[in-house]
Amino acid sequence: MNNSLFTQLLDLACGAFLLAAVVVLWRRELAAIVRLFALQGLALAAIALLLGLHEDRWDLIVVAAGIGALRASLLPYLIRRALDALVADRTRDQDGARAYTYSEEVRETEPLVNVAASLLTAAALTLLAYAVARPLVELDPTPATRALPVGLAVVLIGFFVLVTRRRALAQVVGFLLLDNGITATAFLAASGVPLIVELGVSFDVLLAVLVLQLLTARVREAFGTTDIDDLRELHD
Amino acid sequence: MNTVGYTAIALQVGAVAAGAPLLTGLMRQTRALLEGRAGAGLLQPWRDMRKLLRKEPITPVGTGPAFRWAPPLLVATSLVLAVLVPLVSTVTPVHARADLIVVVALLALGTLALALAGLDTGTAFGGMGASREMTIAALVEPTILMSVFALSIPAGSTNLPVIVAGAVDQPARLTSPAGLLAIAALSVAVLAESGRLPVDNPSTHLELTMVHEAMVLEYAGPDLALVEFGAQLRLAVLLGLLASLFAPWGIATSASLTAVLLALLLVVLKVALLGMALAAAEVFWAKLRLFRVPELLAGSFLLALLAVTASYFLGGER
Repeated sequence: MNNSLFTQLLDLACGAFLLAAVVVLWRRELAAIVRLFALQGLALAAIALLLGLHEDRWDLIVVAAGIGALRASLLPYLIRRALDALVADRTRDQDGARAYTYSEEVRETEPLVNVAASLLTAAALTLLAYAVARPLVELDPTPATRALPVGLAVVLIGFFVLVTRRRALAQVVGFLLLDNGITATAFLAASGVPLIVELGVSFDVLLAVLVLQLLTARVREAFGTTDIDDLRELHD
Repeated sequence: MNTVGYTAIALQVGAVAAGAPLLTGLMRQTRALLEGRAGAGLLQPWRDMRKLLRKEPITPVGTGPAFRWAPPLLVATSLVLAVLVPLVSTVTPVHARADLIVVVALLALGTLALALAGLDTGTAFGGMGASREMTIAALVEPTILMSVFALSIPAGSTNLPVIVAGAVDQPARLTSPAGLLAIAALSVAVLAESGRLPVDNPSTHLELTMVHEAMVLEYAGPDLALVEFGAQLRLAVLLGLLASLFAPWGIATSASLTAVLLALLLVVLKVALLGMALAAAEVFWAKLRLFRVPELLAGSFLLALLAVTASYFLGGER
């Protein structure tokens, strides 16, 4: 693969990666947010694949395939299942009050920071990531390290989603965005971590999502909602 | 060179002035056909204008110069835009003055004139429309500026013909992340600026939703014809700008008459296609609630800002 084509494809993948994170802030439907997360997983796999092809490293290509399988299909599938469980539970008895909470449950209706302000904050966070990453980029300006701010920006946006969303599943997506950002930063800065570490991290994330999925189901059973803000008081 | 340049400008302004009502007619006709109606025909906006121009001019009691001067000012700024924006050729006698900031300022001047006219009538609708229009404009103008800035960074100039000519030379600039983000941001901004569907519905007089129509509610006769002509001109120029910036192929970059004529044909085709695509999309869109509009516009502003930052860190080797 020649150099300019590599640069252009890598830039496109990084652009899609950042854009998916930003659009997560824009959308309210949890289903749409999960789709965007899957899309971001694909972009991340594309970044790893491009780096692997460019540096002729088979282990990176394997990692790319693993990331694609895990982050673009398995994790979104698990979150989708948790979401469907919420919906199925709610549609069982469709009297007025229940139907209303159903529509509340699958949408991020009232984030702590409203959508327009979140979008502007995302813009500020991206600028911050660019400013912070500049000295790092200057150490070794290759096409991959130039894109380093993208990884940092996604980390920051993931934090922001984690802090400002109310629904448990939206927060799970925020956590996964954060993790995607960290992985992307590792790829762009150092062409990935050793295979064994990557495997460990992937299993860690998978387990975390499984546990969070269970926890969400339990939270809903106990309190009838997944709005984390309702869980302020302790009960015995 | 100069005769060809002046010919290009004359052709461009003529095409925009004659074609803008036709573009509106084409869009209405496309929409009508998709909705299963017969439609009024392509020439209906011209017929409307003839009808309005024959009526006697009436101004409401108590309105001042802001109300009277807004329609001619709107048409004048739109026509100046039609001269400046590089639609047909990038080498014209005015190409040094076709700066991005001048173009955005002229757009804002037209918007401001109409908003002042809406306030001048002193009616509830006029004031409401003006306040909504200003809310939208305050978010749209920076978006247009930022998204074209993103394109101007690789070109190294905010001069529109230079940007367009650069994009013709190096099409890779448009498929970079910065270019794609800028396309998305500018498309939303153009929709909002020309008062099209997700932001404002041009074919309704429903008091809760109208923005542009609320401001011009008091106009009648020739003034109304001018206001509508101005709005059509703006739509045509903005779609033309979008076409030139993001699909610049075929625009004349040299001073030859055949290139100019070919470019004119192509730009008419591109704008007609864009208009038809927009009309077809509008069939499927619903108007956004007014309080959701700032969200959409903040989103497009964010895209534009990302386009600018991305052109710094995803620019490849420079």
